[in-house]
Amino acid sequence: MTTTRGITRRHFIEVSSLAGAGLLIGFRLPTKGTAGTAVAGGEINAWIRIGTDDIVTFIVNQSEMGQGVLTSYPMILAEELEADWSQVRSELAPADTRFGSQGTGGSASIRTGYAKLRKVGAAAREMLVSAAAQNWRVDPSSCRAENGFVIHAASNRRMSYGQLAEKAATVTPPENPQLKDPRTFKLIGKPAKRLDTVSKVNGAGVFGMDVKVPGMLVAQVAHSPVFGGKLKSFDGSTALKIPDVRNVIAIPTGIAVVADNYWAATKGREALEIVWDEGTNGKLSSADITALFERMVDQGKVARSDGDPAGATAKATRKIEALYQVPYLAHATMEPMNCTADVRPDRCEIWAPTQFQTASRQLAAQITGLKPEQVMLHTTLLGGGFGRRAQTDFLADAVHTSKAVGQPVKVIYSREDDMRAGFYRPAAYNRMAGALDAEGWPVAWTHQIVSPSILEAFGPLKDGIDRTSVEGAENLPYAIPNMLVTYAKPDLPVTVWFWRSVGSSQNAFVTECFLDELAALGGKDPYELRRRLLANRPRHKRVLETAAQKAGWGAPLPQGRSRGIAVHQSFGSFVAQVAEVSLDGQGHVRVHRVVCAVDCGDVVNPDTVQAQMESGIAYGLSAALYGEITIQNGRAVQDNFDSYPVVRIDEMPAVETHIVTSGDALGGIGEPGTPPIAPAVCNAIYALTKKRIRKLPIKQLA
Amino acid sequence: MAPITLTINGTARTVDVPPDMPLLWVIRDPLGLTGTKFGCGIGQCRACTVHIDGDAIFSCQVSASTAAGKKITTIEGISGGQLHKVQRAWIEEDVPQCGYCQSGQIMSAVALLATNKAPTDADIDEAMRGNICRCGTYNRIRRAIHRAAKESSE
Repeated sequence: MTTTRGITRRHFIEVSSLAGAGLLIGFRLPTKGTAGTAVAGGEINAWIRIGTDDIVTFIVNQSEMGQGVLTSYPMILAEELEADWSQVRSELAPADTRFGSQGTGGSASIRTGYAKLRKVGAAAREMLVSAAAQNWRVDPSSCRAENGFVIHAASNRRMSYGQLAEKAATVTPPENPQLKDPRTFKLIGKPAKRLDTVSKVNGAGVFGMDVKVPGMLVAQVAHSPVFGGKLKSFDGSTALKIPDVRNVIAIPTGIAVVADNYWAATKGREALEIVWDEGTNGKLSSADITALFERMVDQGKVARSDGDPAGATAKATRKIEALYQVPYLAHATMEPMNCTADVRPDRCEIWAPTQFQTASRQLAAQITGLKPEQVMLHTTLLGGGFGRRAQTDFLADAVHTSKAVGQPVKVIYSREDDMRAGFYRPAAYNRMAGALDAEGWPVAWTHQIVSPSILEAFGPLKDGIDRTSVEGAENLPYAIPNMLVTYAKPDLPVTVWFWRSVGSSQNAFVTECFLDELAALGGKDPYELRRRLLANRPRHKRVLETAAQKAGWGAPLPQGRSRGIAVHQSFGSFVAQVAEVSLDGQGHVRVHRVVCAVDCGDVVNPDTVQAQMESGIAYGLSAALYGEITIQNGRAVQDNFDSYPVVRIDEMPAVETHIVTSGDALGGIGEPGTPPIAPAVCNAIYALTKKRIRKLPIKQLA
Repeated sequence: MAPITLTINGTARTVDVPPDMPLLWVIRDPLGLTGTKFGCGIGQCRACTVHIDGDAIFSCQVSASTAAGKKITTIEGISGGQLHKVQRAWIEEDVPQCGYCQSGQIMSAVALLATNKAPTDADIDEAMRGNICRCGTYNRIRRAIHRAAKESSE
């Protein structure tokens, strides 16, 4: 229970005392404008709860899906607050419009939170210092904060934050708190253990799948197996005869089988007899999709145009063309999609493993006819996100079903439902052309992209170009004087969505492999060619050189092994990777070692940066080696880990991550580890076999 | 539906479930122990690994009737209130990211170390290759298993 005791400087800060338990501070910091100026109606960026028991809890408004935000945000706040790290806890915040648009993605948490959270921590520290100074009747400047205490050295007095919390709630918050000198940081930049680990090793952590609500039923929802298909008719009478099945009901998104438990829902679902109206897509195949891409490749809008690639190519004696293709990819989070909803006439409560609270709440309000403020949304732990959980399809199923049956319902997707549900990484078709000058240096580059659009779901595309489809291609960093990048948007019923590193997940593969082709054509070393073409790109160049040096680029390798290199910028970070590969007798690619260099500007938790690089590499390697969703008869073919294999422990390369601390602009860390691995591996395969991989997945080499 | 008695984490429990209900769902739904996770339902990801009479078994492929009378241990029961040395090693190496697969990973690792006090990398590959982790924590899992093995040898 909280009672508002006083709201001071209401545009900046909301202070409440916790009934007999300390202080709760909600900070609104300006999203724009100069540091320290509060703006009316600003968003709450952070909540800090200081208990009389000295426990400091940071309430984090981002979703935790493995990326470590439940630890990194508290590190930033605790640094400035001078909190005792051993007393620091973190909690997930409920959805709250006061946070503004609430969602987690785009590797953005640290980039958007760093400066604000530092200021919040510093303001709270100054309030505690003021409270102590008032108490002791001394000048605040004669006090200092350290490790969870305010200390007055002259009189050898100290009070803990817990003791000061109640009084601090009455202090006027400072508008311009003094930030710490980064050279005095004790937490930021030093490896810290995650705060959420214990609950993830003892089974206590609550993921969406684990939510329990009194009176809750469990449902599976059958969706049209054909993209764009609709329900024609169904017969649920057999399903209803299955013990513990309570209801079979058509909802706008499919047919819900509602039962006492998951197994009964599964059996009921299997017993459903459904006739789908497949519409016009019932015969669609991957071959049709590729044929459409081929027909469209010359119809692209210009995303980048430098010089005259056609003219330069016409004059060149050495030139090359190639087609690069990537498939649709499923996210395949470990935790299948699920959501629990309790829809009542006057309110709706939701427990969701979601990356996008704001859209979830709006959709729930729309479905129920309630106001957004009548929708209470609790974010659970996410068993992986990778972009998939920024969708709301699973939430819609749960809200529709609970609304229809008038009871709390947890909708659980089977793995098959999860994988066939769409929202894939878009497939892409790329026609590449390049030309060299007389000395073998690239002079012309043409990249024609055809790929379904993610962003058109949000409204018309600016200039007909989906920026996510061309990211990593239109901003190719290499100094090539004549360059053309185009984009054509095919209309297909297969739904697409953000997938870890989005457009860079395919464009790094395409551009870094094709650059390798140009290096080979010109007789250049792939690393030296990149260095030369990146002479004016210091952040790219530094990670490239670091990775190459640490990997021993150019040094001899055992017989049957080779190296490949790639560098790519995404989400503000720069990552280079060198992969060391071999082939076994059956043509299976084995990646032994990956040396990774990353520049993300300042680093909050180096251990998290390392973990995220390893994670991004494992994720990208799974896609490079095996990942593909193919379409047959309008349906996804792959539906579980037997047909959609992923990298396992015996295929995981040793990963050596080197953090290049540039002090430059902050970059993200959740996604940028993924893009370079596919091209690094494919370039290594070329070095070994002289065979170019131009179509993913690699699968097995002949 | 038929009453089935099984021993979960040392306690005999009787549940009234269809005989073909997978043990995974017996554990999660009527018994309410949610540390054991559902990942694929076909024995491919092993997020649902538990111990049956000491062996690491993926519980989505074991029926309630097969599990009847057996001693079953879940992640909630491996340490009797304390943290197991494998869990401690997981914390020391900061293994989990999203954490969803880690119950299954730990159950596989505990079973491995029960029969192999000093597993080699190849032993770890063999014992752990059934458990998928989409966050790619595999290298830390390997380090944590070696750490736990070392701890018990000291």
